[in-house]
Amino acid sequence: MKFILSYMKKTWSFILLTMVIKFIGTFLELLIPYVLEYIIDVVAPTKSLKMVLVWGGVMIVLAILCRLFNKTANQRAVTSASKNIYRLRQDLFEKTIYLSSDVIDHITLPSLISRLTSDSYNILSFMQSSQTLGVRAPILLLGGFIVTFSMDRGMAMILAVMAPLIIAIVVFISRKGIPLYTSVQKKLDEVVRIMRENISGIRVIKALGKEKRESHHFEMADKDMEKSEIKAGFTMALPTSIVKVFMNIGLVLVVIIGAIRVSEGTMKPGVILAFLSYFQMIMMGVLTLNRFFLMMSKANASSMRIKDTMDSISSLSITEEESGNEKAKEGYIVFDDVSFSYDGASNAVSHISFSLERGKTLGIIGGTGSGKSTIINLMMRFYDPQKGNIFVDGKNIKSYELPSLRRHFGVVFQNDFIFHDTISSNIKMGRNISDEDMKKAAENAMAAEFIERYEEGYEHYSAIHGAAFSGGQKQRLLISRALSGDSPVIVLDDSSSALDYRTDSMVRKNILSNHKSSSLVIVAERVSAVMNADEILVLHNGEIIGRGRHDHLMESCDEYRDIYQTQMGEARE
Amino acid sequence: MNLSKMIQKRPKDTKGTLIKLYKTLLPFKVLIIFVVVLSIFSCVLSLLGPYFCGEAINEVEKGPGMIDFSIVWKWAVMMLVSYLFSEVVYLTINLIMVSVSKKTGYILRKECFEKLHRLPVSVFDDNSAGDILSRISYDVDVVATSIQTDISQIITTIITVLGSFFMMLKISLPLSCITMVTLPVTIIYTIHIKGITRPLYSKRSEKYGEMNGFVEEMFSGEKTIQAYSYEENVSKEYAKINKEASDAYFNADVRGVTIGPTMGMMNNLSLALNGMIGSILYMFSFATLGQLSSFILYSRKFAGPINELSNIMNEIFSALSAAERIYSFLGMKEDPEDAPDAIELTSGEGRVELRDVSFSYSTEKEILHSVSFSTEKGKTLAIVGETGAGKTTIINLLMRFYRPQGGKILIDGIDSAKLTDRSLRSQFAMVLQDTWLFRGTVLENIAYGREDATREEVVEAAKKAGIHHFITTLEKGYDTVISENGGNISKGQKQLLTIARAFLSKAPVLILDEATSNVDTSTEKKVQEAMTALMKGRTAIVIAHRLSTIENADEIIVMSHGSVVEKGTHSSLLEKKGAYYNLYRSQFA
Repeated sequence: MKFILSYMKKTWSFILLTMVIKFIGTFLELLIPYVLEYIIDVVAPTKSLKMVLVWGGVMIVLAILCRLFNKTANQRAVTSASKNIYRLRQDLFEKTIYLSSDVIDHITLPSLISRLTSDSYNILSFMQSSQTLGVRAPILLLGGFIVTFSMDRGMAMILAVMAPLIIAIVVFISRKGIPLYTSVQKKLDEVVRIMRENISGIRVIKALGKEKRESHHFEMADKDMEKSEIKAGFTMALPTSIVKVFMNIGLVLVVIIGAIRVSEGTMKPGVILAFLSYFQMIMMGVLTLNRFFLMMSKANASSMRIKDTMDSISSLSITEEESGNEKAKEGYIVFDDVSFSYDGASNAVSHISFSLERGKTLGIIGGTGSGKSTIINLMMRFYDPQKGNIFVDGKNIKSYELPSLRRHFGVVFQNDFIFHDTISSNIKMGRNISDEDMKKAAENAMAAEFIERYEEGYEHYSAIHGAAFSGGQKQRLLISRALSGDSPVIVLDDSSSALDYRTDSMVRKNILSNHKSSSLVIVAERVSAVMNADEILVLHNGEIIGRGRHDHLMESCDEYRDIYQTQMGEARE
Repeated sequence: MNLSKMIQKRPKDTKGTLIKLYKTLLPFKVLIIFVVVLSIFSCVLSLLGPYFCGEAINEVEKGPGMIDFSIVWKWAVMMLVSYLFSEVVYLTINLIMVSVSKKTGYILRKECFEKLHRLPVSVFDDNSAGDILSRISYDVDVVATSIQTDISQIITTIITVLGSFFMMLKISLPLSCITMVTLPVTIIYTIHIKGITRPLYSKRSEKYGEMNGFVEEMFSGEKTIQAYSYEENVSKEYAKINKEASDAYFNADVRGVTIGPTMGMMNNLSLALNGMIGSILYMFSFATLGQLSSFILYSRKFAGPINELSNIMNEIFSALSAAERIYSFLGMKEDPEDAPDAIELTSGEGRVELRDVSFSYSTEKEILHSVSFSTEKGKTLAIVGETGAGKTTIINLLMRFYRPQGGKILIDGIDSAKLTDRSLRSQFAMVLQDTWLFRGTVLENIAYGREDATREEVVEAAKKAGIHHFITTLEKGYDTVISENGGNISKGQKQLLTIARAFLSKAPVLILDEATSNVDTSTEKKVQEAMTALMKGRTAIVIAHRLSTIENADEIIVMSHGSVVEKGTHSSLLEKKGAYYNLYRSQFA
């Protein structure tokens, strides 16, 4: 809550005035039935037409003022809420986009997304309604009490007893109802899961003729959902009915007690009428307050999640370079006995050491989970190793500002990302790259041929996640991105798996001849992608089990020879 | 057909949709009629409340000492009974409608689901699963919610408005005249303001949707963004979208929040006029205090539903478009059913022949051009060719996921078009590149094709597939539950499980898709061995990538751009130095 308030504080004088205006508006609203009662009980019996008109005029003026104040307050609330939520979302986005990978892993992607979307909406509605509902509901309640109390204490007691009772019941049922909806949501998830499963497996299901079994399976989940929906629906139908029952009982009591009072001569009949109005007003206040509290608890939970993101600290601090490390001079990229674990329990890579000169090619090969991509993650400092040091261009990578470290690399990650933007922006990625260089990169990546077939060429808009591209087109586009900056290091992590062998080897040839001064790091599961590298690392369970050139490995490393033979065929040596 | 093109904001064929909705609701006809009757009943009762209240106050008005309490009590009790009774009836209506609507939701979801199985596979290739899923989950929910609240609400509103007006007229004609002025003004205002705000609110949700999409995209690509130090650009981009979303919110809500106060003012003005004119009438003894109070209660009752009605109209509007989307999904063209004279092929031999088969996915571009080949019982046929040569299409046609436009496919010499779907498909066991597992135990997954298989048979199949050892290392062995699409086991093991599934099958023809599958070497070896074992004794049609398969195949078909360009054995094709030779050189040399 404090967190939300810290944003609202930025416009506190504006908000304070809004609340004052809302207060006045609500106060006027309370006054109107009071005046009506006065007209009927005091003015009408005087039989003075003039006074009736005067007081009626007062009521009309009050009604108009009431609208004016409430409208102004509501609009001011929207104004400040829209400004504050803009700032909050912007801050959160900018924080999130710079988060280090371990923090992202910890919070998880879906949660980061929902913090910026549904959580921010919860907070927005709270920001707005706290200045309107939040003022109005308590004043309706409190003011209603005070006015009715001043009119007739005895009768006000009906309200005093009933209101807390109703609040308690409504809150109780609402609390019960929320978990029921969570359970409906779970059942819905199951229904959707089965549907998704069936869509993705439609070929297998049809091939094996399992339609009946699947339908039966679905029907059970569907029925289950229906049941819990009905249960939740039944529960949530109760609060309104209960409030209305109480309200109606209250109205009857007002009439009866009113009759007794009037008979005793302690009250005027018009008061009964005013009471009926206030009674309805207070009940509305109760319902509104309940809604406001639900909204507040939602917003509170949301703000805690957002604050959690805002407070997270990047684990990647920049340290001063200790001068004169001999290791650093061994190559352009140097790994010195690096070990790293994502979860602190088991090592993803252990004791990795290698050095790579400029202009040379390093190949990394190994099965899934052998730690290949982890090496890239460490090299570009998405994570810090628990042990060992990494040097790029003669300096420990920890001594670089992150952007200036990463400027050394042109990279394609495994399953890398294509943005919903033009091909040109996807290649340039905001770097200062001329169209000429971009086109050259696309040619080298063998991508120019399909890009230029688009009517708009490089201005062609990619679908979300590059969905309209084939796997091979995507990879060639990504490689264009990596090549276009003419970075000192080009990293290709499993980025040619969808290319046919010929294109794959053409791309590599182009890189070697056009980026002679760049170091090339190729991570692959395909032998053909790495076999011409100057050095090949064979990884298994995070350890280097073989290193050297292809010929050397064929002799010295069983694992490598195995990979080669399964992929290239037994017959070929 | 593209589903996303079907998504439209406004209902087009309201009448047709209503007829279909009526048919869906037909099973609940009696309940709904009952609800209509109850609604009328409940409304009349709640309308009587203020009348009784007025009568009681009339008695009170006589002043101290003059009040006959037996009369006050009588009216008070009547008032209480009518209110309570009305509320009980109202609750009953609510509960009935909750269960009718949820049951309707159940039926619609079930129908949509069963529709999935009858649709041609092309629908799933052309549409994202998300489109289809949102149809079935979100749209059904919108329709069900609307059924739950709107039917009884409409009835209640109409009766309350008419009833209150009638009572008001009865109580005092002059006072009712005030309402005749304020009511049209309120209605006109409502229509006017909704006309302004509706497009603003849809713009708001559109902008929110854009913002969500952007956030999702950028966070998914965060690593790439950081690698290229693209954060600042992205933040600037977001600032634009964020600003637009905030503005859209502001524009919609800054007008939206005036509705409440304005409606309040209308009510208060009408109250003020009632009070003034009422007092005047009272002064000249044209009205009693009781009449005045019950009139005011009625006029309050009157104002609520009018405002409500405009909200309901919005809901009904979106429910109708949702219903229309559901029905257009349910009305999509289905795969033709088996002809009445279709042949049931019980035990096939495993002879497959394609004769001049031509095919195109869309009408524009032909994918296969009169492809012919045949395979003999127990022989292995390897299909090779570059990506996009049409290899996968052949599988689609064999399994009748798609139907060829020209030519014939013969199974054991019979035109497959004459076979029932089921018996045609039961001729084949498939091991595809995209392995599909469902959430269930390992045992259930392997036995999926043959549910009558005993546990021993399943274990036997797993052993043959070389996955038995792995399964026994799992926590619960064969009873371990595999999470959605096999998230907890590796790609290679998934493949072995589907191979085990195929081992259990008695189908005479095997379809294998070997495409490179990024599995680690030792598993890759196992997969290869298992596939070789699987092929033994069966006719096999293999989309081949492994050299060993190709070299051992009885016949190789080389495809290029949708045509068969060469046929022969490995050695004969190599000698030919044609397409196969080139392909072989570029891939393996």
